[in-house]
This record gives sequence, structure tokens and C-alpha cells, in this order.
Amino acid sequence: MEFFRNADIDFLGKKWYFLAFSLVFSVAGLFSMLFWHGIPYGVDFRGGTLVYVKFAQTPDDNAIRASMDRAGLHSVRIQRYGQQSSNEVLIDVSEEQTSEQALDRSKLLIISALETNAPPDKQDLNNASVLALKTYFLQKDPLRAGTDAEQRYAAQAQAIVDYRDKAKGGVLNSVDDLKGAADPAVVASLQDGFYVSNFAVRNVEIVGPQVGAQLRRQALLATAYSLAGMLIYLAVRFEWIYGVAAVVTVFHDTLITVGAFSLMNKEISLTVIAAILTLIGYSNNDTIVVFDRIRENLKLMRREKLSDIVNRSINQTLSRTILTAGLTFLTVLALFLFGGEVLHGFSFALVIGILIGTYSSIAIAAPILVAYQDWRSNQGRPAVEMAIRKESSRGEKVKAKV
Amino acid sequence: MIVATLVVFAFGIIGIPDNWSGKGLLAAIGNRIHLGLDLKGGTHLILQVQVNDAVTVDSDNAIERLKTDLRAHKITYAEITKPDPVNAPEKVVLKGVPPESRSDLLSIVQDRLPEYSLTSGADNVWTVAMKPQALSELKKRAVTQAIETIRNRIDQLGVSEPIIEEHGLGQYQILVQLPGIDDPGRVKDIMQSTAMLEIRQSMGGPYPSEQAALQQSGGVLPPDTMLMQGHSIGATTAENGPVWYLISRASAVTGRDLRSAEPSRDENGQPSVQFTLTGEGGRRFGAFTGAHVGDNLAVVLDNKVQEVAVIKEQIHDTGVINGRFGEQEAKDLAMVLRSGALPAGIKYLEERTVGPSLGTDSIRAGVTAAVIGMLAVLVFMLVYYHAAGINADVALILNLIILLGFLGFSGATLTLPGIAGVILTVGMGVDSNVLIFERIREELRSGKTPPSAVEQGFSHAWITIVDTHVTTIVSAIILFIFGTGPVRGFAVTLSFGLFANLFTAVFVSRVIFDWILSRKQRGEALSIG
Repeated sequence: MEFFRNADIDFLGKKWYFLAFSLVFSVAGLFSMLFWHGIPYGVDFRGGTLVYVKFAQTPDDNAIRASMDRAGLHSVRIQRYGQQSSNEVLIDVSEEQTSEQALDRSKLLIISALETNAPPDKQDLNNASVLALKTYFLQKDPLRAGTDAEQRYAAQAQAIVDYRDKAKGGVLNSVDDLKGAADPAVVASLQDGFYVSNFAVRNVEIVGPQVGAQLRRQALLATAYSLAGMLIYLAVRFEWIYGVAAVVTVFHDTLITVGAFSLMNKEISLTVIAAILTLIGYSNNDTIVVFDRIRENLKLMRREKLSDIVNRSINQTLSRTILTAGLTFLTVLALFLFGGEVLHGFSFALVIGILIGTYSSIAIAAPILVAYQDWRSNQGRPAVEMAIRKESSRGEKVKAKV
Repeated sequence: MIVATLVVFAFGIIGIPDNWSGKGLLAAIGNRIHLGLDLKGGTHLILQVQVNDAVTVDSDNAIERLKTDLRAHKITYAEITKPDPVNAPEKVVLKGVPPESRSDLLSIVQDRLPEYSLTSGADNVWTVAMKPQALSELKKRAVTQAIETIRNRIDQLGVSEPIIEEHGLGQYQILVQLPGIDDPGRVKDIMQSTAMLEIRQSMGGPYPSEQAALQQSGGVLPPDTMLMQGHSIGATTAENGPVWYLISRASAVTGRDLRSAEPSRDENGQPSVQFTLTGEGGRRFGAFTGAHVGDNLAVVLDNKVQEVAVIKEQIHDTGVINGRFGEQEAKDLAMVLRSGALPAGIKYLEERTVGPSLGTDSIRAGVTAAVIGMLAVLVFMLVYYHAAGINADVALILNLIILLGFLGFSGATLTLPGIAGVILTVGMGVDSNVLIFERIREELRSGKTPPSAVEQGFSHAWITIVDTHVTTIVSAIILFIFGTGPVRGFAVTLSFGLFANLFTAVFVSRVIFDWILSRKQRGEALSIG
């Protein structure tokens, strides 16, 4: 099987279409970042409180909102999370209500607001930790344990929590659910001090404003260093204009990807930044493959115009470009579809990024090389010498006039 | 060579499992590969030590000493103040000292406050400020002490593999990661509880076990006493396991009565810890020791007996904890006593809790995605490249084994983004094979014989492969440096994967090609789709 045997497409001839296409997406993204959704920072970067709650029944958003209001939490975003059947809700409290003076205040308010029908003096079994259970057992001592009480009750508490979280998906319907999970005497002792609420907190993220600012700065720095690293490597391995072309290309990819997040109002989290850095590496990969071929062809076809050589190089590597992009896209798509909610933003960034990264090495990077060349000849300066470091043992430089 | 690599890295993944059933193998993998907090569940906290608290305490002490010394030298002054107690607590301003006392003041500061410098301003205003180096050391010490104190507290929780370390990304920040603990409220309570130092009366011991202690007193403990385990610091029997003492229920003095504790040396030149009590505490301690000359006292820390000593005479406000301990241990003990409370306040900056059920779900989703993605790539390679596809598939699978083996050997942590890194490695790893195969096809088309096409294909693609790998590894390394937690896990798997890929795609598939070619007749076609 073969997709692109002897492809001969005039890519450079279509550079104005490419430019228009890129401009439309970049400008749309920029517009959204500046005037519409802004850059939708995730909780990592803006600070705030996220509480992921799993309910025993289908949750009622309005009832949740009403109870949050009663607890004094007003600007709360409530969002269904994961699959419909898993009854999960994400409660997002804005950064204004998360301060470093009392970082977990909002979280505690949310939990107490949800515990509407809590009997007095009883703890909630669905939200009890191993430590809380152990302490309770040590006090009650249902097993009449001796010197090894500590270990025995720790094991019982662990067994109960494991059963609740792993076998029952986090939410018990009654204390009786635990029969068989732990010693009957231990389970019976729970009746006195515990009740069962209709929800369990699965996951909490609280980020104070200071860490948010810190992470924002780091994400920016990491991206900048990564771009600088590429520029330097390419300038050393090729010519500086190759480095510039690659970095402009990658910057274009980053801009469009972040723009897509802004347009769709998807949150940019730390893992999304990781995805963007990966994408920088990937897009660069693609660009280098084309550049490598251009360098090789410059040696073979010294008489031809640069634009012809570039076109030829793109066509020669087209089969590989499409194949690799397709295969990587396949894996990323698997991640996007099956990787679960936590990786959603990460895989979305890669899905967009791989499409754009593949397109840009053909449509942006190569034309920049040619455009630079044209600009130089229009200036009346001599054509740039595309130096090729010949892979000979003497490291001799071969200059190709183009 | 390839077989050896395979075996070595397979060992890296599973170690030597107890049994070879599916379950045993899974358990073995679980033992070798460390899962991150996001997969295992647990608590992640970033907190900041309010180092200015420690500076305030130090400069308050300096003011007290200065006042005493000025009085002793009969130097008059108008006032001593801190101009900016919140932002610059290290600065003390001294006003109204007569000019003729200048040299006396200078020598007082030099001798008595060696960590402070004295500068003069207009109108007889003097500034006593902590020297920059001393200041930064004090702040650093406050962080180290806080880490030590927190570690001591966390140890009581019995967490396996806790991480308590300085968080390099911010100033005076500490990172606390506790796998398997999903109750940050309780963790915070325990971290901020003060170390309970008490001095009590010791009625008997040491006993090798609780039973032995009970036997000594006829099976029933005397009234108002309890059995307490001995602490290992300074105890000669530490190597022989825990010991028990019979201790009074009431305490003579507690950590709240402590003014300071410093490492020092006793009369024999042995390292020891000297402590000073507050006025009230000193009076009570004096009464207690006066009444119990000849009896034993026990220094109890967090309900563990630290030391037992004979009361030789009445002691008022200072005491020495004699040790059979080394220099470092004396230092540590003094620190623990001092840091009974944390040396400075703590502000929480970040708190994340991952419930174990969410972690399990994430693993399931991640592994599903990985398997599906991998299968899709393997099948595609077979369809597109026919027999050569097998070659690529073998390289990919070996790549995966090496990657997981690396993770097993290095003890690096696998996070959810790390699993994504594994998947990406598969996708990007196949790129090397595609590059090579496409090149071989091109060479074949231009009329080369299979062996020389393979030769050319590999040598041309090699340069490109190196370039592409280097740039991606640069990205990954920067991610590792700047990232934390899950993101770092991603950087690790991605870099390991790329290195493994260099080996498998280039070396392994070359060997396979050569082997295939050696079995073919001259002129027979190569199956590459």
C-alpha cells in the first residue's frame, strides 16, 4: 500500500492560501483572547477552589446552587462531570473566594452545605478518612483489642475505605453495605458514630493566588526556553534562518492552539502546557524532516531555484509527513476518546496541535525560507549562501549558490 | 544483544515475581513501578514558612539583650523601636544615645550581637540591623526546621513514602506529598500541633516489654502511673528495640514552660542539650525537683520517653538533658525542643486531594487509551508495510518494554500525564520507522538492490532521526526542570521513551532487516508494501 507515490504538488504556489488560512485562525484566536473569552486559565494558573463531588443519585444543579448560596458561596460554577451515569459534579468557586489566609475555607463550606440532613454528633461515613475511622475505632474498641489495637484498627479502617472507594465507587447507600468488607463487630460499632450522606468528595484542588502567579510565570518561561532551545539547536545544525523559520512556525502553532482553547472556552491547565510543549517538539520534528531534505537536495540540485528545491523536498517527504501525523493522531485520538476526563484538555491540545503542526511545517516553515531568499534578492544583495555542513570527515563547508 | 536488553528490561518491569500467573505478574508490576499521587490518591500541599516570624523572634531577643546591656553600661537612650515590623523585622532603630557613648555602643553590638551591624544616621539615630548573611541563614534555618518538624509529625501518621522537601519553585516553600492520605484537614492539624515536651517523674524501668513492666508491679499499675515507650534518641538500648518505663501521669513542666533549648556540652565534654524555663515554669520545676531529690525524672516528648535522669539537687530554671548521644543528635533534640511549635507560622498556598477511586478510574482510562492507540498503530503498520511492518511492530513493542523497564529501574514516578507520555512515545516512535521505510522505498524505486536500499535508507534517515529526537528531548528536559508532579512524570516517560526509540528504531530494526536480507536469495524482492 502506498498513499503518495511521486507526489508533485506546488505547495509554494499556494502560499497565499496558506497565509490566509493561518491568518484567519490566528486572528480569530487572538481576537478571542483579547476581546471575548480571554485566556481561560485553569485553576492551576488563576487560583481557586475545585471540588469534585459524586452523588448517590442524579444530582440537581439548582438544589446544589441553592445550598451553596445559603452557605454564602455566591459566584459558584456547577458543572456535570464525566459520564452522565456517574452522577459527578464539579463545583468551582472563583478565585476571589480563595485566599491564602484560610485556603480551605470554601471547601469546608461546600462540604458542610451539602451535608444537609446530617444528624448531630455523627460523622459522614462517605467522607470519612482512614485516619478518622481508625481514631474512632480506637476510642470505641469494638474488638477489645490489646497491644496491637493500632495496627488492627488501621487495617479495618483501610479495608472499609478501600471497599467504599474501589468496590462501591465512592458512595455507600447505608452502613449495611459494608457487611463482609470488615469485621462485623467493627461495622456494627459504626452505627453509633456515623451516618451515610448522599455524596462523596472525590477530588479537591485548591490553588492560592501566589502559586497561581508562580505557575503562570513558569509556564511562560518554559515555553520561551523551549523555543530558544530549538532556535539555537537549529541555528547550529543548519543556518540561523532555518532556526528562525522553525521558531516562527512553532509560535504560529502555539498561538493557534491557545486560540482554539480560548475560542472554545476550554481551560488551560498545567497538563495543557505540557501538551503545548510536546507539540512544540512535534511540530519542530516535522519541520526538521523537511529541512533535512532541503539541505540534502541543495547538495544534489545546485542549479535549480530554491523554490523548486523546497517544493521537491516537501513532496518527497509528504508520504512520511502524512503517515507519521496520521499515526500520532491516531494515538492522540485514542487518548482523547478513552483517556478520561482528567486528560481531556491535554489530549485536546494535542489533537489540535498535531493537525496544525503538520500543516505548518509544509505551509509556513518552507515558504519562510523562500520568502527570506526573495527578500534578499529584492534588496539587491547577493543571494544568500545556503551553507551546507557536509557530513564529511573533514567537516568541510560546501557553499551552494542559489 | 537484543535478547539481553529484552530480558534486562523485562526484569526492570516485573522484577522476579512470586508466581507467573496473571495476577502475580500484575502485582509484581505494581511493586516495581511507582505510581504518582494522581493515580494512587493522596494529599498534596504546598505551604510557605512565614520566615519573618522567626526574624521577629530573633530581633525581639536582640532588643531585650540590647536594653539589658545598655542599662549595665549606664548608657541612656530615648527609645528602641522597629520601624517596619511587618516587612523588615530585622531592623531596629535606637534613638537618643548620647554621642560620647558611641564607642561603648559599638562594642556592645559587636560583642553581644555579633549577627547584627550598627550604622549611624542623622540626629543620633542608630540602626541595628541583622547582617544580610545572618538574615538569610536564619530564614533558611527556619525552613529547614519547619521541614524537620513537619517530618517528625508526619511520621506519626505512618505514611509510606511521604515527600517533605523544599519546593524550589518559590521562596521558603515546602512541598508535602502524602500518598494514600486523603484527609488534609487532619494532616494539617498534626503538622501544626506543638511537640509535647513534658518532664514527668519516672517510677521504674526500663523494661524490655509491657508484660515485663506489668509483672514488676504485680500485674496492676500503681495509681496515677502509666507505661510509656522509650524514644530511640539517646537511648543506649535503641539498637535492641523499644523499652518501656513506668511514668507518672502528671507532668511537672511542659513545653509551654520552655524559653529556649540549645545544644551544649556537659561536664565530661559530651554533647548535651541545655534548656531554660520561663519564670513560672522555673518556679514549678524548682518545687518539683526540690521534693524529689534522688528520684528519677523523665523527659517525655510526644508521649515517648526521651531520657531518664536522676535528680541530684533542686533545679530552678535551667536544666541539661544529658545524652548518650552524638553531636548531631544533641543538635536535633535541641531543635525539636525549640521547634516544639513550628519556628514560624505556616501559610497554605496549594492543596490538592485525589481520592483513591478517581486514581483507579484514571489508571483504567489511561491504560485503555494506551492499548487502543498501540493496537491501531501496530495494525496500521502491518497493513501499510506488510512484512516490514512486523519489523516496526517488534521495534515498537521492544520500545515499550524498555520504557517500562527504565521506569522500574529508576524508581521514577508514573503519573497520568506519564501514561499519556507512553502513548505519545508510541505515536512519535513510529515516526523513526516511517522515515526509514519511506526512504528505503524511495531508494528501491530509484533502482537500488534491496541490500543497498536498506543501507542507504538507514544512513539517510539516521541524521534526520537524531535531529528530531534532540529537539523533542530539549522540550522534555525543559518540562522536567519547570514542571512539578504529574507534568514531571510526563517529561520523564517522554524522554525515556525517546531514548529507547533511538535504540529500537535504528538498531533493532536494522538487525532484523539484515537478518531478513541474509535469508533471501539474490534479487528477491523485499516486502515493504
